[in-house]
Amino acid sequence: MGNKLELVCPAGTPAALRTAVDAGADSIYCGFRDETNARNFPGLNFSPEEMAQGVAYAHAKGARVLVAINTFPRAGAAEIWHRAVDEAARAGADALILADMGLLAYAAERHPQLRRHLSVQAAAANADAIRFYVEEFGVKRVVLPRVLTVAEIAAINREVPCETEVFVFGGLCVMAEGRCSLSSYATGRSPNMNGVCSPASHVHYREERGELVSRLGEFTIDRVSKGEPAPYPTLCKGCFSVSGKRGHVFEDPVSLDAATLIPELAQAGVTALKIEGRQRSRSYIHDVVASFRRAVDAQAAGNPIPAGELRRLSEGQTTTAGAYRKTWR
Amino acid sequence: MATSVGRRQPGLFARLGVHAEKSFLLDVTDLPFVFRLEPRRDRPHIEPRRREDAGAWDARIAGTLSALLGLVHGAADGDALFFSRDIVIEGDMEAVLALRNALDDAELDLSVEAAAAFGAAGAAAERIARRILPMASRVTGLALTRRDRS
Amino acid sequence: MPERPTITLGPLLFNWSADQWSDFYARIADEAPVDRVCLGEVVCSKRMPFYVDRIPDTIERLHRGGKEVILSSLALVTLKRERQMCADLAASGELEIEVNDLTMLAHLPKGRPFSISPLINVYNEGTLVHLAKRGATRLCLPPELPMPSIETLARAAASSGVVPEVWAFGRVPLAISGRCYHARVHGLAKDNCQFVCGKDPDGLKVETLDGEEFLTINGVQTLSFTHCNLLGDLGRLRAAGITSFRISPHSGDMVGVADLFRRVLDGDLEDSEATARLAAMMPEVIFANGFLAGACGADFVPSRRSSPADIRAS
Repeated sequence: MGNKLELVCPAGTPAALRTAVDAGADSIYCGFRDETNARNFPGLNFSPEEMAQGVAYAHAKGARVLVAINTFPRAGAAEIWHRAVDEAARAGADALILADMGLLAYAAERHPQLRRHLSVQAAAANADAIRFYVEEFGVKRVVLPRVLTVAEIAAINREVPCETEVFVFGGLCVMAEGRCSLSSYATGRSPNMNGVCSPASHVHYREERGELVSRLGEFTIDRVSKGEPAPYPTLCKGCFSVSGKRGHVFEDPVSLDAATLIPELAQAGVTALKIEGRQRSRSYIHDVVASFRRAVDAQAAGNPIPAGELRRLSEGQTTTAGAYRKTWR
Repeated sequence: MATSVGRRQPGLFARLGVHAEKSFLLDVTDLPFVFRLEPRRDRPHIEPRRREDAGAWDARIAGTLSALLGLVHGAADGDALFFSRDIVIEGDMEAVLALRNALDDAELDLSVEAAAAFGAAGAAAERIARRILPMASRVTGLALTRRDRS
Repeated sequence: MPERPTITLGPLLFNWSADQWSDFYARIADEAPVDRVCLGEVVCSKRMPFYVDRIPDTIERLHRGGKEVILSSLALVTLKRERQMCADLAASGELEIEVNDLTMLAHLPKGRPFSISPLINVYNEGTLVHLAKRGATRLCLPPELPMPSIETLARAAASSGVVPEVWAFGRVPLAISGRCYHARVHGLAKDNCQFVCGKDPDGLKVETLDGEEFLTINGVQTLSFTHCNLLGDLGRLRAAGITSFRISPHSGDMVGVADLFRRVLDGDLEDSEATARLAAMMPEVIFANGFLAGACGADFVPSRRSSPADIRAS
């Protein structure tokens, strides 16, 4: 696989899309302003008109647009998701990013020519599961779950008849994505059903005895003393207590930075590198995309990858190579 | 000026949705007063108030002038400012997120908006502002205009 | 409702010793009024070798006790060994398989009947119909679904010839990960975990820093701290067309739990009385049913007829 890696970048708003294209993204992924996508946050995402304009802007500059419709349609309301698929096709999207089997079947039947990518929310974590989606729904690319090591990714690529895309930067889900109900257990709203995890509507901060207490619904997710980096109360990144011992039971408040692993990932046969963060600002998008553009170009030219320059943008302001290194488990 | 922004930026209100009806307290911690922002679609309103008469609010965003201007101009990332405690948020988190995201998409430039608000004198005002602001920005370290245009 | 509703005992999710495992299923086989038992390792492939040789005898004993036996597949399949376990399961013969990860479907020939576990994402009719065409005969719905979704899916299941089941008792599986939390909290690597999860027959409690009882960890799996208990909701679930109910094994008296569900389903016992008896059987347990109401899953929303005094609400 000597081909140059494709850089897939997030956009939560039309302005962020233009920023990402101008900063050197090969592809942009984004979603509609409703519950059909897994970043259904207030003030974010695209109307159908904005989507069409975004696609036109990207295409004019040689970039592609991948539309994420990656929540699981609500029973009895599938037409909302079907309409999103139709709107994406009408807007001229280059691919759909889907997770639900019923929706994959709908897209394959109604828009057979439109590329279907399997969302990370489908959690296809091995070659057999991927083969199932390729054979059943004609999936062309699979976004791999963030639970695999580089060696496992290489093994998958040797076996599967489709492209793979892996996350290289941004927030890190510690659970198999699309298979997590922690958020609805605490708030009633989940990634699968509502496109939100640890939703802002249920977040409360209060100052107490010199500490900042972050609460999600009726549960305390963290307490930090004033001046320490402040955590958004994402459930799995919280600080809890087990058998009287206090700690980050599930995951430390760090985010993924696999920039230095780009050569290994290329060697492992991946097609595309994905940056997380449709909820982040233009400023963030600009800095991260530009940095990864330089890294991917350096890799293609056989030069060393510049490292560590993005740490200040990260949650907890520290980064990890995550599951790509086996010691993470 | 807020009314003028409202007329010039309809997309901003589509993004704010129901949160346009809420009141935000912008607490500039290195100034002796606060701003009360009510983005209501029909009559957007922003007014400086003394900190002790700020009145009831749905959400409070506190930070230095530098951090808050950086947020408005897209020169700084809201999450990064929050993680580093440069800004502190209280109250209705959904409203704060909606405002943050709407502002980020609006690509506001306060010098342009100020010029537009002054009407006929606008073009001249913008020219003057554009000459002065980058200098002021360098001197103060504040993001006084949108970074991709300044 | 002409059809007699059935009870399924879900797979044991925790790491019990081989002797505890055998004794548990022996008692279930002989005494529990359940129609169906799911056997096999769902959570961690490393646990399997401890009891794998006891499975054939257990199947035989369960059959003698009049129970249908279903073999459960692994929930998260990444290693070569785990893929092989799935392939072997598919090749193993007559027993129906419950699919916990779609990896299994890659191994099952089209048309061979299978069950769908609550860990598979079936949120809508489109997905249900697709799986029914592929051979699904039984479907335990994801535990986070609210009542309106359950009603719609129960109707779709009926017209597709699929038996719809709901998670009715036990700690609810909420997440699965590549990382082992038991090993992590004990400062061990997953590859050298010393099977510390075996110390906690119902999982290990996670509390918030303000002392709220929140979650339970079980190796790579995270469950609710509360026990789901839908005894008080059986009437409306049956009215919605649900014909099977799943209870999930815990270290308490599961024969007693099964008996209470059976008696309420048969109309021999008021659900409020059954709930009171269940609370008395396991006084340390907190019940929840919030997912049904579309609320926070940890909540308990009393049904019309239950008296709040009978229930230790969360």
